[in-house]
Amino acid sequence: MVNAATTFTPVASLAGGALIGAAAVMLMAVTGRVAGVSGIAMRLFPPYADRELAGRVVFVAGLVAAPAVVLVATGRLPALTIQGNPLILVVAGFLAGFGSVWGNGRTSGHGVCGLARLSLRSLVATVSFMAAAMATVFVARHLG
Amino acid sequence: MVVVLQFAIGLVFGVGLVISGMSDPAKVLNFLDLAAIGAGAWDPSLAFVMAGAVAVTFVGFAVVLKRPRPLFAETFHLPTRRELDLRIVSGPVIFGVGWGLAGFCPGPAFTALGFGSGAAALFVAAMLAGMLLARWLANRPALSAIATPMDQFES
Repeated sequence: MVNAATTFTPVASLAGGALIGAAAVMLMAVTGRVAGVSGIAMRLFPPYADRELAGRVVFVAGLVAAPAVVLVATGRLPALTIQGNPLILVVAGFLAGFGSVWGNGRTSGHGVCGLARLSLRSLVATVSFMAAAMATVFVARHLG
Repeated sequence: MVVVLQFAIGLVFGVGLVISGMSDPAKVLNFLDLAAIGAGAWDPSLAFVMAGAVAVTFVGFAVVLKRPRPLFAETFHLPTRRELDLRIVSGPVIFGVGWGLAGFCPGPAFTALGFGSGAAALFVAAMLAGMLLARWLANRPALSAIATPMDQFES
């Protein structure tokens, strides 16, 4: 597999990260809930434990609509390079979905909201998924 | 009103993912590839995304959680779980393997849908199937001995 080179973007990444954090803070201020995308996505499906389905649907719709907004605002879209054949994508999606719910969330729930709340559980979760992902990339890229 | 706000919040989250570069799996994989440090191909951007997000959330949560209640809910729903169990490691490890294979996690997978990517649609469909299976399994009484019930307010 040829790996697509990417450019180090400290300023854009820091600014984008700050926006992600701002969204997490706003969601807490408005709905009182942690912004974990996996939990929100999972609860799009029944059984429903509360009456907040509409809010979750529009939150996910906002995520999907975001590239269009960036395109309109800046006139261009950043790169989107997806590597891997369909089988790998399906396996990867299944594992990522299963693991995120099995571990009660991950990147945004634990990695952002959890770490910001100084939760030990979230720190353990974040270190675990980072280590597993790095090991996976190492095996796939350098031992394959 | 609250629904409009939640759409706007999803939009801000998504724009953050796109601007930060997190929506591009190649960038995520180039961060995770520590062996690339020696080759000069390592992309540390993701650490800056995390730093920016955690810093803003840390300060913002401190301010928001001082308020008596959220704008459109009775109470703040914060995770109460403190104990460390098998699932808090096994779940993230399973997730990490999936993340490392494709470079997608759930948020960026949804923004990639907005790029019109068929590959992202495939990933999202498989991801939702994995989530639903995990929720079903986690709620089996027979598994309660090895796995604690799901935390309603975490994730």
